[in-house]
Amino acid sequence: MIPLNYFLILSIILFALGAIAFFIKRDLITQFMSIEIMFNAANLAFLTFAKSFTSLDGQIIVFFVITVAAAEAAVGLAIILLIYRQKKSIRTEDINSMKG
Amino acid sequence: MAQFLFFLLAIVSIASVLGMIISKDQAYNALFLILAFVCMGGLFALLEAPFIAAVQIIIYAGAIMILFIFVVMMINLRKGMEPEKKRWTKVFAVVVAIVLIVELVLTTKGALEPISSVASETLGNPTDLGRLLFTKYLYPFEITSILIIAALVGAIVLVKKRDTE
Repeated sequence: MIPLNYFLILSIILFALGAIAFFIKRDLITQFMSIEIMFNAANLAFLTFAKSFTSLDGQIIVFFVITVAAAEAAVGLAIILLIYRQKKSIRTEDINSMKG
Repeated sequence: MAQFLFFLLAIVSIASVLGMIISKDQAYNALFLILAFVCMGGLFALLEAPFIAAVQIIIYAGAIMILFIFVVMMINLRKGMEPEKKRWTKVFAVVVAIVLIVELVLTTKGALEPISSVASETLGNPTDLGRLLFTKYLYPFEITSILIIAALVGAIVLVKKRDTE
């Protein structure tokens, strides 16, 4: 049987890779994708602990995370489309009208 | 066999996320991400969560990534997107990732050791999952349905072109 620590280590690695992708990439769509990777790493950790404690509550939480992520993706992509219509670009350098 | 499957899925998912970091094209990024999500679905199935694995492949690799690909098709990005000039963002990203890894390893170090060898029977049985979803977690479930309707209506209202302008 596979030790559950391996799943935990894999989820940590994937979360860190998602964070790296979020910082390196300069367009909104790819940054959004890296957020989804971090969601998935967290889901993997939830399922690992659900199996470790032999309880179904972790799986239910993962189910809720997936549904909320679907809703979030719909609204976020709509916002990205609106930004593209206004600025004709989705690079993060070009979205600076608040001088941030 | 399970061990071989775990290492295969883990290596493919990490490699596809790395490919997403390296590749510049958004469409390729989306395809790499679909591969990573399918591998994660396999890992979920290895963790005795078959229902969650099916939901992962249907919703993530199916629905959400189709949304992403639609948006990539609508936005014409062929002209721009030259590689990033600034080097300090990459250094900063790697430093943040290393700090994150160290923190997470330190916090989860003792978490799994005493109970990692429990021999569980059929844990992720969809029948039990559905029963739990409609008894203990009934109110979160209903609130989630309202949230999804609100998100869909909100997305349509946001993207709709207004005639008055």
